[in-house]
Amino acid sequence: MLIIKPDAIPSSEITPESIYLARRQFMRSAFAAGVLGAGTLASPALLADPSYKAAEASSSGPEWLNRQIATASADKQKLSETLTPYGIVTGHNNFYEFGYDKTDPANKSKHFKPHPWKVEIAGEVAKPGIYHLEDLLQGQALEERVYRLRCVEAWSMVIPWIGFPLASLIKRFEPNSKAKYVSFVTLEDQQQFPAQKSALSTIDWPYREGLRMDEAMHPLTILAVGLYGKTLPNQNGAPLRLVVPWKYGFKNIKSIVKIEFTERQPQTSWNQIAPGEYGFFANVNPSVDHPRWSQAKERRLPSGLLSPNIIPSKMFNGYADQVASLYSGMDLKKYY
Amino acid sequence: MPVLWRRIAIFFIGLLPLIYLFFKATNNLLGGDPAKAIVLFLGNWAFYFLLFTLAVTPLKRLAAQGWLMPHRRMLGLFTLFYALLHMLAYFVFILGLDFSSFASELVKRPYILLTIPAMILLLALGVTSTQGMMRRLGKKWMSLHKSIYLIALLAWLHVLLQVRSSYEDALVFGILTAALLGVRIYWRIRKFTGG
Repeated sequence: MLIIKPDAIPSSEITPESIYLARRQFMRSAFAAGVLGAGTLASPALLADPSYKAAEASSSGPEWLNRQIATASADKQKLSETLTPYGIVTGHNNFYEFGYDKTDPANKSKHFKPHPWKVEIAGEVAKPGIYHLEDLLQGQALEERVYRLRCVEAWSMVIPWIGFPLASLIKRFEPNSKAKYVSFVTLEDQQQFPAQKSALSTIDWPYREGLRMDEAMHPLTILAVGLYGKTLPNQNGAPLRLVVPWKYGFKNIKSIVKIEFTERQPQTSWNQIAPGEYGFFANVNPSVDHPRWSQAKERRLPSGLLSPNIIPSKMFNGYADQVASLYSGMDLKKYY
Repeated sequence: MPVLWRRIAIFFIGLLPLIYLFFKATNNLLGGDPAKAIVLFLGNWAFYFLLFTLAVTPLKRLAAQGWLMPHRRMLGLFTLFYALLHMLAYFVFILGLDFSSFASELVKRPYILLTIPAMILLLALGVTSTQGMMRRLGKKWMSLHKSIYLIALLAWLHVLLQVRSSYEDALVFGILTAALLGVRIYWRIRKFTGG
């Protein structure tokens, strides 16, 4: 009889105490939320990240949404890049409805009310109508997605979003054969968005964005309702925003109140302001400069003083293997 | 207050923005993108000092505040100081000291290209700002130093050409620059028409 005595346990198998404790903490909170078994958000190591704790501490949001977010599944695509800390993800934003400075969205969004929220579904669909956010989210399996975010201004972040594929929402409304594009509109409300009153703004409110149907249906395209394991802070586009990781950040429209299916390419805000600088597609492309600056490199935030953290930008923001086929045969210098 | 004391006071006041920036940088208070914040802050202060410098003569003639006159040179030198720091910060924090990309940036971006004549002129004014240089250049000194008007126009264009989401900065700098240059045009016209 062969008796195999196990060797000493390899160190790779030993769970560090911090992760073990974080796991216990996670299980406890998952249990408290009544979703034990379903909740498998972010790996325990990630949950020990101080950013997740910061999100936990500053999160609000309605109970039903918190419960659903707690059931989100972990990201299947492992992105090895370091996550941008919570304070920067929520403190350095372009959300011009709140103001022009990067800190305005965090400072001036305290009174914004993302709940209750309604979204109008319109255009070439079988089931148009005005839907409550609860109805849109009903039955949607939420997922954590760790994505790079590349701003057209040449800075970038890595953010763990919580959301669901836009495709799974689109299918529910049964778009017809005329639905070639999807357009999105942000809320227009001068009371809640103080900068919409400004006479000096170049933006013609409300903010608009759009995608081609195949881009909208792509599995990487999500509608986000949370980040760092909690509901979206107001400055990040609560309660519902678009995230298309291979495009420049301005495509990721925030606080969406209308989704319309159209036959013709919709008008989009930045393209309307400066068509020579911001295309409809706005795919991250290091070889096509913005007329006023190079797109070859980016400052990955946090960008420190001693190490500006300048890295080369990647074609389609590093998602080329998944999305390049959408644009095969297209001249990306012309359709920037 | 004697001129010397005022000079010392203005010198230290002029350094306050830099001290403030240094405090914010070392305490991690510049936000998520300190590179951009530093470049913008230094550029703004270069423009403020340019406007202070241009305001000295109108303040003397229109508001009888002649006491600033002996300090105009220092205000001008602070303009040069902050403009140089602004440019240095751009090289270090935006270009990452990659000078090969600077050449292509220069050719392709008019708002960067026009800073070259502005910087050369600012340096020329700085170098010729001493008493000795004033004596040596004689009448030419005055015509050389009138190029500060051109520098102001270039600085404003530098801001205007970068407008993206709001005209606010370009408008505020534009109104102040137009007022300070406009009053001189007005004086010039009145002188010629003998009014």
